[in-house]
Amino acid sequence: MATVQKTFTQQLTKYYAFYTGGFILFVILLAIAEQMGLPRRYIGYVFLLATIGLYAGIGVMSRTADVTEYYVAGRRVPAFFNGMATGADWMSAASFIGMAGGLYLQGFDGLAFIMGWTGGYCLVALLLAPYLRKFGQFTIPDFLGARYDGNFPRMVGVIAAILASFVYVVAQIYGVGLITSRFTGLEFGIGVFVGLAGILVCSFLGGMRAVTWTQVAQYIILIIAYMIPVVMLSVKFTGVPVPQAVYGGVLQKVTEREKQIAADPTEQAVRELFKQKAEAIDAKLKDLTAAYEADKAALMQKRESLEAAAAPEDQIQAARKAVDEFPTTIDAYKAKLAADQGAAAGKAAPPRPHATPFPGKDEKARDAARRNFLALVFCLMIGTAALPHILMRYYTTPSVSEARKSVFWSLFFIFLLYFTAPALAVLVKFEIYTNLVGSHIADLPSWVQSWASVDKTLLSITDINGDDILQLPELTLGQDIVVLATPEIAGLPYVISGLVAAGGLAAALSTADGLLLTIANALSHDVYYKMLDPNASTQRRVTISKILLLVVAAIAAYVTSLKPGNILFLVGAAFSIAAAAFFPALVLGIFWKRATKWGAVAGMVAGLGVCLWYMVTRYPFFGINAPKIWEIDPISSATFGVPVGFAVIIVVSLLTPQPRRELQELVEHVRYPHLRGDIDTQAT
Amino acid sequence: MQLTEKHREYWRRNLIITAVLLLVWFVVTFVMGYFAIPLAEITVFGWPLSFYMAAQGSLIVYVLIIWYYARRMDRLDREYNVAEGD
Repeated sequence: MATVQKTFTQQLTKYYAFYTGGFILFVILLAIAEQMGLPRRYIGYVFLLATIGLYAGIGVMSRTADVTEYYVAGRRVPAFFNGMATGADWMSAASFIGMAGGLYLQGFDGLAFIMGWTGGYCLVALLLAPYLRKFGQFTIPDFLGARYDGNFPRMVGVIAAILASFVYVVAQIYGVGLITSRFTGLEFGIGVFVGLAGILVCSFLGGMRAVTWTQVAQYIILIIAYMIPVVMLSVKFTGVPVPQAVYGGVLQKVTEREKQIAADPTEQAVRELFKQKAEAIDAKLKDLTAAYEADKAALMQKRESLEAAAAPEDQIQAARKAVDEFPTTIDAYKAKLAADQGAAAGKAAPPRPHATPFPGKDEKARDAARRNFLALVFCLMIGTAALPHILMRYYTTPSVSEARKSVFWSLFFIFLLYFTAPALAVLVKFEIYTNLVGSHIADLPSWVQSWASVDKTLLSITDINGDDILQLPELTLGQDIVVLATPEIAGLPYVISGLVAAGGLAAALSTADGLLLTIANALSHDVYYKMLDPNASTQRRVTISKILLLVVAAIAAYVTSLKPGNILFLVGAAFSIAAAAFFPALVLGIFWKRATKWGAVAGMVAGLGVCLWYMVTRYPFFGINAPKIWEIDPISSATFGVPVGFAVIIVVSLLTPQPRRELQELVEHVRYPHLRGDIDTQAT
Repeated sequence: MQLTEKHREYWRRNLIITAVLLLVWFVVTFVMGYFAIPLAEITVFGWPLSFYMAAQGSLIVYVLIIWYYARRMDRLDREYNVAEGD
């Protein structure tokens, strides 16, 4: 067994080394083709088709109808490769494209995501992964069903797993649609379905086995795509190709520049103009109906006078468009005004000090910011240690010892990207604060003009004081621009931009794969096989699972095409849901023999319930807007759900009779990697 | 299956290792996070200490915690004869 596994690992290393070399060669060839005049559009298409084709190839080669292969990749994925696969499974479109931009905008406070999305792996390693591996079945609800004696706890687990994974997968497919449409010019809706095809070719034929080996391939692409532009940018600004080691000096320069910008009289004057703008909107908000009618009338008036004067066609078109896009209801108008007001008020303030923790106007605001920072870190960490698509990956290693090592490799591969993102944010901020702010608008670098013409939400400039010079508040940035524009800021050819898009796509596809598989497996394995038809043949189980995968994917794509809500909130919600529903029941199930079936059921329902209740009553999308408890934002609703979950499990368990002898033996069984005369829970 | 005293000792030692490492995790994450404002006064290689820790230092500690745990537990498994065979 050991020698077979060793040969297998050696072969894998050889294949993926060839693959990495081949991929680099492919990028170099494309770079040469670009120099010889291959148009940019085609570079985008080639990257899209080549990478999706590659994933499809791996998917087809890994096709399987064997149950153990389909659900847990045959339990022979070596720790190192499982680490890479987990890295890709973990890092989503939000990590790859959005995170550095979030750090750019939020400074220190954004680092909650960096800490939260890495520190959670300590909990996975110390509290869950080795024990789940010893248990060795197929899904997380499997563990709940076995440990808590019955289908009821399993069912609660299935519902929570589907809820958390579905919310998360919608955010991923949204990312896929965005990237495909941006780099190929396809429409968002079509982009979603092209991306979906990419997801399905990976997971449909081979389940976990295919997903694992494509995820390894996707990790390699995404890490290369992330590192190259940042390293080149670092060379440009500091002369050192290790941005993570040297950006402390750049951060100091950024901090000095922030102080200059805060004190500069022209900058102050521009901020004053935005302050007036915010006040004007405030006045409108106070007398909503009158302002609505007046604004609407003014736009109609403008359109009519332009039409009457036979003004140039483009001006008339613009005026017509403004009338068409004017909100049709007072509520929509109010929402738009509130958003404009927030944007203008933000610009009226001096630049946010990047390195300062919890900036705020007074002690109370700073204290609330600190509390939210810690709460968010807490929720993201617990959520990390409870998301079923991640925990499931540790079922695929050959042994308990490999599972422990595999968590180390997982975090190591994730760490490579996460400790680079804060460096990237600081480097881009340095470029913008020193080379853009204070320049003539006509002389701005070409990447500014080109991105401003592509998408106004990514980058736009309004010269509010009309002096033709850019002041900081006149520049509006969307968070994705930071990663997307880095290749151009560093002066790299377009092929690197294509590479970044391919990396973002790899990140989104790999996460979506893992999530869809989790949902389909919960339905086919836990609901169909374990509850409805325990006598089903293995052939039938795998077929059912594949059909469900298609159905779930189609539903997820449909929901995504409706463009629901804000991606960041969806992601945050998924973490809080998973944290509150699973973490207490899983951890107590391993570390406390006394935890009972009804304790677990009550705790999971209570934790999840508190979490959803806080989200629905506090998140503005639902329109209730109850006052926040301790100023905690709804994204961190697991701050309340997790402690409630623990407390309820403990209290109800103590009130109910202790678990049967067999269940206590199961707990003993998972605590020891190997016991003589042990029971066997491993599913085959 | 009957657990021996030695098995119980293995589990106790595992719990101690786990608790100590969780304590390190807690201090690096929440204690340093709570005191981020005073820690920002200290500068290391250009970074304010709290920024460095949140952006890089704590991540390195997390990786080391997991690395140490995997190594230490492998040794403990062998010491107590509960390691998986080939």
